Amino acid sequence: MIMEFAELIKTPRVDGVVLHRPFMPTVEGTLCLTGHHLILSSRQDNTEELWLLHSNIDSIEKRFVGSLGHITVKCKDLRMIQLEITGMEECLNIASSIEALSTLDSVSLMYPFFYRPMFEVIEDGWNSFLPQNAFKDLESMTDEWRLSEVNKDFSLCPSYPPLVAVPKDVDDETLKKVATFRHGGRFPVLSYYHKKNGMVMMRAGQPLTGTNGRRCKEDEKLINATLRPGKRGYIIDTRAINVAQQAKARGGGFELEANYPQWRRIHKAIERYNVLQESLIKLVEACNDQSHSMDRWLSKLEASNWQTNVKEILTTACLAAQCIDREGASVLVHGTEGTDSTLQVTSLAQIILDPGCRTIKGFQSLVEREWLQAGHPFQQRCAQSAFSNSKPRYEAPVFLLFLDCVWQILRQFPCSFEFNESFLVLLFEHAYASQFGTFLGNSAAERARLCLPEKTVSLWSWVNRPQELERLTNPLYEPNSLVIWPSVAPQSLLLWEGVFLRWNRSSKCLDEAYEEMVHIIEYNKELQTKVNSLRRQLAQLETEDPLLHTP
Amino acid sequence: MEHIRLPKVENVKLLDRISHRRRRVGTLYLTATHTIFVESEAGVRNETWVLHSLVCSVDKLAATPSGCPLLIHCKNFQVLHFIISKEQECHDIHLSLQRLSQPESYDELYCFAYKPNVDEKERRQEWDFLDLKADYSRMGLPNSLWKLSPVNQHYKVSDTYPADLFVPESATPPVIVGSSKFRSRGRFPALSYYCKDNHAAICRSSQPLSGFSARCLEDEQMLEAILRSNPRSDFMYVVDTRPKLNAIANRAAGKGYENEDNYSNIKFQFVGIENIHVMRNSQQKMLEVCELRSPSMSDFLEGLESSGWMKHIKAVLDAGIFIAKAVAEEGTSVLVHCSDGWDRTSQVCSVACVLLDPYYRTLRGFMVLIEKDWVSFGHRFSHRCKHLVGDPKEVSPIIDQLLECVWQLMEQFPCAFEFNERFLIAIHNHVYSCQFGNFIGNNQRERIELRVHERTHSLWSYLWANRTDYTNPLYRPNHSQTQGLLRASTSPYSFKFWKGLYNRFDHGMHPRQSVEDYLRAIQEETQQLEEQLTSHTQKISQLEQEQECSDSCKATTFDKSPTVWAPGNNLSLANTPQDYTGGFITGSPCQPKGPDSILLPKSTNQISDASFSNGSDQESGIADLSCRSPLSEDSTRDPDSDEAAYSAA
Repeated sequence: MIMEFAELIKTPRVDGVVLHRPFMPTVEGTLCLTGHHLILSSRQDNTEELWLLHSNIDSIEKRFVGSLGHITVKCKDLRMIQLEITGMEECLNIASSIEALSTLDSVSLMYPFFYRPMFEVIEDGWNSFLPQNAFKDLESMTDEWRLSEVNKDFSLCPSYPPLVAVPKDVDDETLKKVATFRHGGRFPVLSYYHKKNGMVMMRAGQPLTGTNGRRCKEDEKLINATLRPGKRGYIIDTRAINVAQQAKARGGGFELEANYPQWRRIHKAIERYNVLQESLIKLVEACNDQSHSMDRWLSKLEASNWQTNVKEILTTACLAAQCIDREGASVLVHGTEGTDSTLQVTSLAQIILDPGCRTIKGFQSLVEREWLQAGHPFQQRCAQSAFSNSKPRYEAPVFLLFLDCVWQILRQFPCSFEFNESFLVLLFEHAYASQFGTFLGNSAAERARLCLPEKTVSLWSWVNRPQELERLTNPLYEPNSLVIWPSVAPQSLLLWEGVFLRWNRSSKCLDEAYEEMVHIIEYNKELQTKVNSLRRQLAQLETEDPLLHTP
Repeated sequence: MEHIRLPKVENVKLLDRISHRRRRVGTLYLTATHTIFVESEAGVRNETWVLHSLVCSVDKLAATPSGCPLLIHCKNFQVLHFIISKEQECHDIHLSLQRLSQPESYDELYCFAYKPNVDEKERRQEWDFLDLKADYSRMGLPNSLWKLSPVNQHYKVSDTYPADLFVPESATPPVIVGSSKFRSRGRFPALSYYCKDNHAAICRSSQPLSGFSARCLEDEQMLEAILRSNPRSDFMYVVDTRPKLNAIANRAAGKGYENEDNYSNIKFQFVGIENIHVMRNSQQKMLEVCELRSPSMSDFLEGLESSGWMKHIKAVLDAGIFIAKAVAEEGTSVLVHCSDGWDRTSQVCSVACVLLDPYYRTLRGFMVLIEKDWVSFGHRFSHRCKHLVGDPKEVSPIIDQLLECVWQLMEQFPCAFEFNERFLIAIHNHVYSCQFGNFIGNNQRERIELRVHERTHSLWSYLWANRTDYTNPLYRPNHSQTQGLLRASTSPYSFKFWKGLYNRFDHGMHPRQSVEDYLRAIQEETQQLEEQLTSHTQKISQLEQEQECSDSCKATTFDKSPTVWAPGNNLSLANTPQDYTGGFITGSPCQPKGPDSILLPKSTNQISDASFSNGSDQESGIADLSCRSPLSEDSTRDPDSDEAAYSAA
């Protein structure tokens, strides 16, 4: 074992520990701490062992009744488990070891660097979604875009990937100038090309206009290059107008009408950072409230603002999609940095517009393109979840909100997605704690520095195997080539039970219903196969029988 | 007909409830039974039919430059916002509708005019479809513990009770009559449900007239007799479904609740369900929230909370669970009452029955349950549902709450019910529609006087005839979830808002694809496949046996492609963008593309309008599964109120 861990583990093992988990029988056994796992095993065949990644632990609480210690482990996937440990010293040792191991600072000590797959990798997920491949698809539809290597050493924009799609007529020198005018160097790049009418969605960081209204001709040129002659486009600023105004004082700002006469700006108010983190914390607290009072529940649910955030994000994405599909206009989306609300909007708009994103592979590709490559800082955002005691710095459930919105659309179009809810829950879990390297790091640059493809296994390598795919496939799926417009009425948006009530109530009856559904569909398929083979057999018999051919 | 001041108005606008910019122009007709709006857009013949008896209120709003608005609220939660150009016409329609929607006598009700094409013999058979005695014998009654008592024949003891009642074997007529004199409206304790496995029973009554200290020996004997009818139990529960304060207040009026000291071996329990007035106001507030145009999430959640509606639903379900557990787990009998014993008592007994007995979770069983606990035990349907013009304080959505409790349970136990949400909504609709005779009047005696069984049709056989529409594809009689007691959760987060009922006509809010319809289509196909499997197998063996078979098999080719399951190509829940902008992008009304329905002069013998016309919006979501006429009694012909298009400003 690596020295760092040995120092942190004060007591590697304790016997006679009692484990309480939601909806599972109590287990008594031996608790072991390893560098990456908390393991509890009863050494009996019929009880399930607990293997908990330290990185999944959000916070712990300890209290003593006499010399019996109780440790409550609160996980990032919102599960809570209790450990009863006899002996104050053991208990304190275990608690402090868990605390230390679950808050390791160094990325290179994370489990993905130590994990060796126990399965055969059929397709290496690190190579499944390369930008050059995605660009080939684009090239088959249009020649108006090119793949630029201007950021190949990450110097122009540290949060962008080495390859980005930009208008063909805009050269790298222009891009370099535009990068200085956009927050974090995030110059406008292609996010989505709408095959149906050739309209596009771009994303960027905010323009650095500052208080004196700085302008950048190259920036104007770049985005105007995406407009058809005589057409107007929409700029969707994910900040409320007053927030965008305030950003000017810090050197940021928004596109002034005078300088962008062909563009119409729309402001939407999507919350950011600690506001979102607070929202998650309050929501989870409401779900765990034991008072059983309806008034209290509804008022806490309301006060958490979680559903408001879902509605706001979804509405903005619908708006972007509507501009593209119904208005036949191109769209530029940005907020402040362009790494959070911007990505929520651009990725959800694609789910609405592009049937390809509703397949399992397509969705993986979307997460890869619009989140990982696009520089969403997963490691910062997902460092802590709803039970964190420390004051949030960069943590925010931006990705979880995106998944929640996808779940809302899935609920409204239950037959239009190739994947099921389990897939979304799985992505939530792995974004926060995983044996796979996919969600490590904050940008393509960081992932390259960490040599993740060489040193870790990709989540997609694991997911894209038949046995996993089967579990994640929606049995109701019927490819639907149309644009799907979700309802954003409050009545239509539900609390995502599969995540937020997962550990509060048994899902047995709902799981049974799912199995029943699968059974109905499987049985139908089975019969179809049988009937088809009988039909062939019958046809054969008929041709063999000469009498049948006499009129 | 004399009430119709104006039978037809042209150039009327019907506004979309969500987005007033979307409007349809057409002609408004008033008939003896319906208001009909026929859209007159070229190539479009959308029709919206509204039964007068479903109209809850008609309001004429202040005239605007574009015309005079007329707002119609329906008891099935449909809201129609018309603009009539001429004030005088609006005035005439308003007055006519006000009169037409408020019948003054039973004879004016639609059920007495409703004559579907059914002969008299069939009509009489409709009323034999359900038999309450058969349900009691299903429970194992009569037996040595419970007997059918003739005491209320001719409704002499309690005129709001049914004629046939089960009472404990040891309860003599003097005890029953004595007890009835000590109970509001003479509603003495009688059996509602008997569990033959453990002899525990649910009985119901009205409150005792105990005042501050009154006692009644016969009433005490009556409870004693109920307790003794459960040989294995040494006590029983008396559940007063009212909040304690209300019950105490009743004592001042000479009513009240049982004193544990006077009744041997009872455990007395309040469960705190609010009265009809609180429920009426609560639903009103909740509906106002549903009607908000583009509410924020906070508007909605705050409004829902302050309406108190979900809290009341939880209270009813909690009470039902308490009783079901007492019966199933403790084997203890329960006497349930409220004040008169026809509102909260009916709710709670029914909820307990649904939880306890899988039979009541079947299509037929649920009909029997409503017939038993509500119709026969004298829930005052005509008062509560305002079938006639009358005291508005008597109106209350008590039956709505039962249906919602069942819906909440269906959400928790998706495989446990033979019927689906549509079934509950259909019942809801017809409790109010007055199309069938079942819910006319306030008790059995009144229905006999009205000769309902001789003059009207029964909802139950109508629903049964259409049962394929109302069947839950996930239900299997032998499924583990179907068996035994349902252990429901009443944690607040387990309750959902029932948009399927309260926003029933806001099609845009509902899921655009229905898993249930998909599965039902699959099951229908499966059935056909099973038949083909049998016939193919037979033919093959036939062919193999007699090679000279001359019977051409070509006729039976398998003509179903795997995707044929979509029921028609109806795209009536057209999927188009909503107003996501808050009016930023101005919209122009688009041409809703054309269903070709024909205006039918409404003949009264037409069973309400099954077919939705086909929309054909190619832009809409899906090869649509969800939209074959969601409800056959649904009178809306409008396939896509969600239709809209936006153009750049």
